[in-house]
Amino acid sequence: MIGMNRLPVIVRQHIAGFRALLVFTVICGLIYPFVMVGVSQLAFHSQANGSMVSYNGHVVGSSLLCQEFTDAKGNPLPQYFQPRPSNAIPSPAPKGDYGCDPTYSNATNLGPTNPAQVQAIQQRQKQIAEFDHVPVSQIPADAVTASGSGLDPDISPTNAYMQVPRVAAARHLPVAEVRNLVTEHIQGRVIGILGEPRVNVLLLNIALDQLSAR
Amino acid sequence: MNSTAAGWLQFLLLFAALAACYVPLGNYIARIFTAKDHLRVERGIYKLCGIDPEADMRWSVYVRSILAFSLVSVLFLYLIQRTQHWLFLSVGMANVPPDTAWNTAASFTTNTNWQNYAGEATMGYLTQMAGLAVQNFVSAAVGLAVAIAMIRGFIRSRTDRLGNFWVDLTRGTIRLLLPLAVIGTLILVAGGAIENFASYHTVATLAGGHQTIPGGPVASQEVIKEMGNNGGGFFNANSAHPFENPNPFTNLFEIFLILLIPFALPRAFGKLVRDNKQGYALVAVMVCIWAAAVGGISLFQALHGGAAPQLAHGAMEGVEVRFGTPGCSVFAASTTVTSTGAVNCFHDSLTPFGGGIALFDIALGEITPGGIGAGMYGILILAIVTVFVAGLMVGRTPEYIGKKIRPAEMKYAALYFLTLPVIILTMAGISIGTKIGQSAIFNPGPHGLTEIMYAFTSMANNNGSAFAGLGTAATWYQITGGITMLLGRFAPEIFALGLAGSLARQAPVPASAGTLDTRTPLFVAMVVGVILILVGLTYFPALALGVFAEGLK
Repeated sequence: MIGMNRLPVIVRQHIAGFRALLVFTVICGLIYPFVMVGVSQLAFHSQANGSMVSYNGHVVGSSLLCQEFTDAKGNPLPQYFQPRPSNAIPSPAPKGDYGCDPTYSNATNLGPTNPAQVQAIQQRQKQIAEFDHVPVSQIPADAVTASGSGLDPDISPTNAYMQVPRVAAARHLPVAEVRNLVTEHIQGRVIGILGEPRVNVLLLNIALDQLSAR
Repeated sequence: MNSTAAGWLQFLLLFAALAACYVPLGNYIARIFTAKDHLRVERGIYKLCGIDPEADMRWSVYVRSILAFSLVSVLFLYLIQRTQHWLFLSVGMANVPPDTAWNTAASFTTNTNWQNYAGEATMGYLTQMAGLAVQNFVSAAVGLAVAIAMIRGFIRSRTDRLGNFWVDLTRGTIRLLLPLAVIGTLILVAGGAIENFASYHTVATLAGGHQTIPGGPVASQEVIKEMGNNGGGFFNANSAHPFENPNPFTNLFEIFLILLIPFALPRAFGKLVRDNKQGYALVAVMVCIWAAAVGGISLFQALHGGAAPQLAHGAMEGVEVRFGTPGCSVFAASTTVTSTGAVNCFHDSLTPFGGGIALFDIALGEITPGGIGAGMYGILILAIVTVFVAGLMVGRTPEYIGKKIRPAEMKYAALYFLTLPVIILTMAGISIGTKIGQSAIFNPGPHGLTEIMYAFTSMANNNGSAFAGLGTAATWYQITGGITMLLGRFAPEIFALGLAGSLARQAPVPASAGTLDTRTPLFVAMVVGVILILVGLTYFPALALGVFAEGLK
């Protein structure tokens, strides 16, 4: 560079640093993500756009994100399987926002010995015991704890089976039929060892609506 | 199959995958930094940057180049955040406030990725990909460059030159990180991670409500976030977010990416010093502590201690069903023994001892295997301390890899490992002793002390995970946090390079009968012991008052 050598070394080092940063910004910050988005959109269109699912020709959400099945006041609808408690709520919460808000993924961060957490779990156990007519000892952990993302799309099979009698009664469907539907929707561990068995709540509830519509 | 058995098989699969990569990837990394020829694209980069790739730098010049590059990086990151609203692809995000922008700029430049913001509500797509993700690449490459320069201290003799920082930075990025990131992105997207430029859009939900779905170039950032041991999530929920980490397969793949390069670097070291057994000894130290961390956290999470997990019949608070407690435990251990700091479950809600081990992992100084490069130069310094201690016991001048460990070298080594405890305990002490620091505590009792300890330990060691209940968006933590991260990154790097400069000047000493063999299980055990004792003694009081007081209550 003409003239560069006349500058003090320390200045030249910073100029080199700045130019290097610009070059890497173009390579790693623009070319790389644009190419990756382009290839992903072509090769994996559904996944790259959030694995959205449709029902009756309308997009109703993403199979990767939980959604609330509540009335306008936030009360759980008995005819739907309920997701896990969610802390994905912006603060202050907009009207009608009771959780599962993908614009603010969030955990509670409540500690294991925090009295507020003990109280929250007791309250959820009480609500579920009344809602589903089950003893507290049979309520699984995932039903009374908030997920890490606040967007957990899944519940445990135990949690799903626990909700079967309530859902069946609310829809006037035979319990066995709803139970079969849950069993069909259990996803086992990947290659038998990865993760935990789970039931996707949105996909299960869509299948449930289809069953009721028949 | 029960959950515990599946969890262990998952761990064995991970271990096998990493073991399979150790030799080929380590050899490749060694080749990258010894190759004579420059690639055409690299020559183009050197031309654009106006640097001479053939220049060989003294350690002080190497350090100043790193500091210069990092200073402009902090300024650039600050600027892009402060102006993002007026730039393209902002998806409507406002300009980031000054204190958060400062903290984030320091955080990403230092490979920490501590986050005082929720990504999906704060950062536009351009800031994420052209600001934060660029640092995910280059801050990792800087760490790698320092490790390579440190290794040159052993393999060179009678010279004051340690290599060319710009060449090391470029080769690490272009020949290692970028190609692996391209492959990794495609695997993550195939698994369900999102990769788009869509603006946030609202859909009508099944039960008649509404939900707004965010987008973004997530997978391309996720992959380098893990592989570069950065850890800064595109979204607030980090790797617990289904768009970042959609299923158990992507979860294991992300843990694999976190550990891939740090575990391969001892092989590169062995290759470069022409003694592969030296590499095996160091990787054995790393594996011992990593496996113990995985085992410990898995055990305590499965036992679900603490009043709340006991009441709920399981430690599922902050944990996703698809990963379960085994998937959470392996991730938590792996992200804390490397300086990654990504999380797939929330550490503030871990059981008292599960969370305590996560904190202890970070406090060990991020060397088992540690962050990319930073773990390698860190463990080399601990190995030097170990031969020094062993030398004291038998009254011989200690040597390591053919170099004498004299007072000059030991001064750098001592400064290296004393820096972090001084920063951490001072900053945490001030925070705990003042109203302004205490008022950020979220969980009461001993857990609150652990929140503050975790924060400064994580920031100083450039980890970036958090006991996230602590209200670190308060200005006190924003400002002191930024300073802590910069000191915690660059002070040890300076001492490591100073040590390397001192080693390179020496003539090699041939091994004699009195030389401690640093390739034996005995040496491995000694290094593990030195690591545990140095850290155990330093942090024990704080751990006793926080973790033990909570867990034994």
